[in-house]
Amino acid sequence: MTLTDSKPALLALEDGRTFRGRSWGAEGETCGEMVFNTSMSGYQEVLTDPSYAGQIVCMTYPLIGNYGVNNADAESARPWVEGFVVREASRVASNWRAEETLDAYLKRWKIVAIEGLDTRSLVRHIRDKGAMRACLSTIDLDEASLVEKAKNSPPMENRELASVVTCKEIYEVRAEGEERFHVVCYDFGVKMNSLRELARMGCRVTVVPANTPAAEVLALKPDGIYLSNGPGDPASMTKVVEEVRSVANTGVPTFGICFGHQLLGRAFGGATYKLQFGHRGGNQPVKDLQKGSVEITSHNHGFAVKADTLPEEIEVTHINLNDNCVEGMRHRRLPIISVQYHPEAAPGPHDAQHHFKRFIELMERR
Amino acid sequence: MPKRTDIHKILIIGSGPIVIGQACEFDYSGTQACRALKQEGYEIVLVNSNPATIMTDPETADKTYIEPLNIQAVSAIIKRERPDALLPTVGGQTALNLAIALSDAGVLEEFGVEMIGAKREAIKVAEDRELFKRAMDEVGLPVPRGGFAHSWAEAERIVEETGYPAIIRPSFTLGGTGGGTAFNPEEFEEIVRGGLAASPVNQVLIEESILGWKEFELEVMRDLKDNVVIICSIENFDPMGVHTGDSITVAPAQTLSDVEYQRLRDMAITIIRKVGVETGGSNIQFAVDPTNGDVRIIEMNPRVSRSSALASKATGFPIAKIAAKLAVGYTLDEIPNDITRKTPASFEPTIDYVVAKIPKWAFEKFRDAEDVLGTQMKSVGEVMAIGRTFKEALFKGLRSLEAVKPLRLRGVSDDELQRKLARPNSQRFSYITYALQHGWTIPEIYRLSRIDPWFLEQLQEVMRIQDRIEDRKLEDVPPEVIRAAKEAALSDRRIAYLTGTSEDEVRAYRKRKGIVPVYKRVDTCGAEFESYTPYLYSTYEEEDEAEPTDKRKIMILGSGPNRIGQGIEFDYCCCHASFALRDAGFETIMVNCNPETVSTDYDTSDRLYFEPLTFEDVMNIVDVEKPEGVIVQFGGQTPLNLAMRLHEAGVPIIGTSPDSIDLAEDRKRFGSLLRELGIPQPENGTATSLEEARECASRIGYPVLVRPSYVLGGRAMAIVYDEASLDEYMRTAVDASPERPVLIDKFLERAAEFDVDALADEETCVVAGIQEHIEEAGIHSGDSSCVLPPVRIEEEHLETMRHYTRELARALDVRGLMNIQFAIKDDRVYVLEVNPRASRTVPFVSKAMGVPLARIAALVMAGRSLSEFNLPEDLTEGLKNNKRYFIKSPVFPFVKFPGVDPVLSPEMHSTGEVMGVGETFGEAYAKAIMGAGLELPTSGTAFISVNEGDKGQAVVLARRLSRLGFNIVATIGTAERLREVGLNIETVFKVNEGRPNIVDHIKRGEIDIIINTPLGRTSHFDEQAIRRAALQYNVPCVTTMTGAQAIVEAITARSTKNQITVHSLQELHAASSAVHQA
Repeated sequence: MTLTDSKPALLALEDGRTFRGRSWGAEGETCGEMVFNTSMSGYQEVLTDPSYAGQIVCMTYPLIGNYGVNNADAESARPWVEGFVVREASRVASNWRAEETLDAYLKRWKIVAIEGLDTRSLVRHIRDKGAMRACLSTIDLDEASLVEKAKNSPPMENRELASVVTCKEIYEVRAEGEERFHVVCYDFGVKMNSLRELARMGCRVTVVPANTPAAEVLALKPDGIYLSNGPGDPASMTKVVEEVRSVANTGVPTFGICFGHQLLGRAFGGATYKLQFGHRGGNQPVKDLQKGSVEITSHNHGFAVKADTLPEEIEVTHINLNDNCVEGMRHRRLPIISVQYHPEAAPGPHDAQHHFKRFIELMERR
Repeated sequence: MPKRTDIHKILIIGSGPIVIGQACEFDYSGTQACRALKQEGYEIVLVNSNPATIMTDPETADKTYIEPLNIQAVSAIIKRERPDALLPTVGGQTALNLAIALSDAGVLEEFGVEMIGAKREAIKVAEDRELFKRAMDEVGLPVPRGGFAHSWAEAERIVEETGYPAIIRPSFTLGGTGGGTAFNPEEFEEIVRGGLAASPVNQVLIEESILGWKEFELEVMRDLKDNVVIICSIENFDPMGVHTGDSITVAPAQTLSDVEYQRLRDMAITIIRKVGVETGGSNIQFAVDPTNGDVRIIEMNPRVSRSSALASKATGFPIAKIAAKLAVGYTLDEIPNDITRKTPASFEPTIDYVVAKIPKWAFEKFRDAEDVLGTQMKSVGEVMAIGRTFKEALFKGLRSLEAVKPLRLRGVSDDELQRKLARPNSQRFSYITYALQHGWTIPEIYRLSRIDPWFLEQLQEVMRIQDRIEDRKLEDVPPEVIRAAKEAALSDRRIAYLTGTSEDEVRAYRKRKGIVPVYKRVDTCGAEFESYTPYLYSTYEEEDEAEPTDKRKIMILGSGPNRIGQGIEFDYCCCHASFALRDAGFETIMVNCNPETVSTDYDTSDRLYFEPLTFEDVMNIVDVEKPEGVIVQFGGQTPLNLAMRLHEAGVPIIGTSPDSIDLAEDRKRFGSLLRELGIPQPENGTATSLEEARECASRIGYPVLVRPSYVLGGRAMAIVYDEASLDEYMRTAVDASPERPVLIDKFLERAAEFDVDALADEETCVVAGIQEHIEEAGIHSGDSSCVLPPVRIEEEHLETMRHYTRELARALDVRGLMNIQFAIKDDRVYVLEVNPRASRTVPFVSKAMGVPLARIAALVMAGRSLSEFNLPEDLTEGLKNNKRYFIKSPVFPFVKFPGVDPVLSPEMHSTGEVMGVGETFGEAYAKAIMGAGLELPTSGTAFISVNEGDKGQAVVLARRLSRLGFNIVATIGTAERLREVGLNIETVFKVNEGRPNIVDHIKRGEIDIIINTPLGRTSHFDEQAIRRAALQYNVPCVTTMTGAQAIVEAITARSTKNQITVHSLQELHAASSAVHQA
């Protein structure tokens, strides 16, 4: 394969902007919310993060696929992105852990991808105009037609996607070494590494589907509740928010991350809102308001909790230094903590790993 | 945490002269640190011996000392200035070593000076490999197996554990001097013994070989609240075994998965905490086994480094500036990111492009040096290029190198190819592309070179694009293929070569097809936030972010990579032009590709284009910016070589016209101009063939000075004494510059040489400085020490030089700067050369005179009248009554090139310079010698061996040395002559006379100074052996009588005056301007 003999592909945004490029990965057509991620490494973790369901992801780093794909770095059983946009895809995989090239992997999972377009221009457009619907195709190369398709695709606002990505049945992850706690994880699109981190700290984790009623969860007699990350608009989760509130109010230690954090915010009466283009990347500075220290963190969220809508009993513990948005909360009475970002990283820096320890401490104190 | 208020005055130590391993990146970092801390209200005292720096400009610090970087001088400064704190982390290894020495000597304690940035203990742990290994063991991080040896016996024990190949690194040497890789016991012994000698603590580290492992670097920053961020990851194209300064490096890392990268990141954070670098930046190097991911920690630099300069330029994150602020107590989240304005510095830059750094070597200048790369750094400069793909960055970088030799090899045998791929060398890249083009597979090339297959694949992709162009007519190549070629940064020139047409035609063709570059911004954040700094690079994509303004603007062309003959001096001039024109209300646009420089700092100019300095790239920027003026005079030969073509393409060159530049450079035109003006010139001619050369030389008469035209730093310049040598020269020099003729001049033996810098416009000419060379004619002006004002010359000759200078300025219609080289022989003043541009000596003269020449020149070029500046006709006049001497001395890289004769010649070899200031010539020269890193003895043994013509002089010098208490030893002929006048002389053997001979004495440390003038061909071997030994054992060695006289004066000054007297530049300038006024 050389630069000029692959098939053309077209990416169209709902506001009429289009980008021509070349096809790689699978051929076909796909629609989703156009977002970008600024991590320079970790494309495989991004692809397999269920939180990207419903989204076409553009990597800002231009060279993707260099070190191939391997089984161990997958964050779930399959890639979840709707489509994948890069400046230049690597023809080869060069790493001792690589099992196949990224191109072969995307073909295998039928993920439509495009390369050879001005991705920086695309990113600047989204930054200025906001995340928006897009359609990516190797079949329909007519700009007007593809823009129309983008316009007709479902918007992310009020979109419920947890039911798409959550597990169908309860399953259990064993603790590594001696079992110290039993944690129930609400799976809204959980990443493997969260479960691995919990297991490493001595937790047996029971993973339950997103719509599991509070009573069923409590019947499992958990020492702690883990509310996972996941895709979609938290405002669409009215029923689940009720269940979360019931569980958390019983005083069982609860730890929410990302989507789970947003659900906790809503459960305690706060509002959530859609960010202009979200935070997606591994370099976001988050300040711990108590300690004054800064951690560099891995993010993937398009929604956030609105600080001024939170009740007195909820304290904002962390903020993002780039835009001051809420990045962490704590309940003043109950053992509930949350962070908007990803303590499990994967991809991204490990600075926030200690939040798992905070969760363990809540369970220890009980 | 807010900044500290308990300290007020901070001493910053610079890095001294430019040497291999320590170049102008430390001017960049030091300047940033000075400015950042001055802005915070601290009083800054700066010491650096290198005058060719922006940091030593009187405006950069409050008190600027251009003094030797040794304990004596810096103690004197501390005693005088009483700083509260010392920042040792922005002046390279030199500053760090000196800070430790000052601390060890108790000076810091005595005067209550606190080290900020990195504490003494942290520096010791990071720098002392033994302590570092122990520290790493304690936190469970892997370092290579091996140990330290202080003797040959210890070394033998250690190598049993490590096996072969073994890596040997001497402790505390710059750029890995004296290190190497031993594949067998014989090599092992040689390198270990050399390394023990090179190390100031007689210690070498011997380690298991991790040759062929992948090499990575992380740039780390930490603040007082223990926040740690990684600024940049760097992957070396060349695997372990090649010094990182000699490797092509790439940012960010390309072949690490996130899991592997985060592992290195975690280790880096553990290391900086364990070593205890409290604030600022550090650089940590890792090796990764490509077969199983095993990691070894190679080393840590607890300071700003060459890599951090690169990381700053690569990401837009100003490491040195932030490090300085952290050192006075700020935390990362309190410092704003200048580029995004809205976000803080407590983040990790993410980039949406690829950066490649490529070293520039100077092997052609060191003929006897083997072109092999290892753990000892040999490159003299580097370029950086930014592209949206690795291919684009790499090929743009190659273009930035201004390579003399064509990149394409021909007819290489399989054997040679195999060898060249396996053994790292400066041309390896060309051999890889050759191999790819000749059907070698990536696995084969990988097996030999251990260069990651991903990189090789990228090269192959470019070769494939090239194959689709080669041997076709330009019109027959589909436009999308041309576009693909441009996306891979293949130059118009290359496409022209491949299609058998001209660069201009390719340019016109692709513009017709709409294949033009756009400019993207370096913004630290992958476009997540808006950028407010126009720091730009070109690429072939859709959207252009250049957003040119309609202000009045002037574009300045920089000088590209550092090389011998074109170094930091020119960057200094470019920066000054930018500062001056910015102040005068112009928008300034800088074009340069050297990441080590101040000029490529994003806030030096209003707009920065990080681009190669080729016709194609400059024209592309001109097309976008449409500047009202372009300055080519300040960046040395690089932009000057473009002047005519740019001019012909309609680019408005300001200052001296391209035609005048050509007039001065073209031997024939220039010769007739001098004849018209009646100014004498050594007899000369040009030759395009051997026959012509012979004819010309015999007409002029031997000895003659021969050289190719249009070259830098006297490249391939030589003095030829007879026809046989001329023949040999013509055979070897022709490939130095193929299309250009060879210039032949009468060589004026034993003439005195002068460098004159002047400013001029249509009405006025100001002689800025007449510098007298200390070495006699025959040694390149860049390699000779020179003194301001002249000391050994009659006023009448000075008057003649001033007169000729004014005549030439008028005749060449100079607007801005010019430099003239004069020689005086038998009381006749000859013009050797005129350069209507900024010269190497501009910063030196500016610092000595207290007049910013480059700044004034830039304003004159932009239309101001020189008379407005109210300068006297000759600035040197002011010095006469002021009793102050300024001496510039060169610094040489010979120690890095084993086997090379460290002899001075018409071809320049020095990499840097220092300045010495004193009330007498001797004092100034003594300081210059010490600044250059030599120990100036005040007692001990002097060795004298001179040729017949020098013996009379030798008697005088021997007597003076003897009076100062020196023992004198001499070779037989010289000894006899010296005994005649009653001196007590011991005779020593020449090298071929038996043992112990003079070289043995030098090696035993029994000789403290050497005066050895050439005796002719027969003793050549002898002299070379003496010079090498002197170099190795750091004994001052002079090879000319004028040099010998000067050094004896310096010794006299040192002997009679024990204390070093120091004065800041600000004081000196105040004194001389008082004289000017009086």
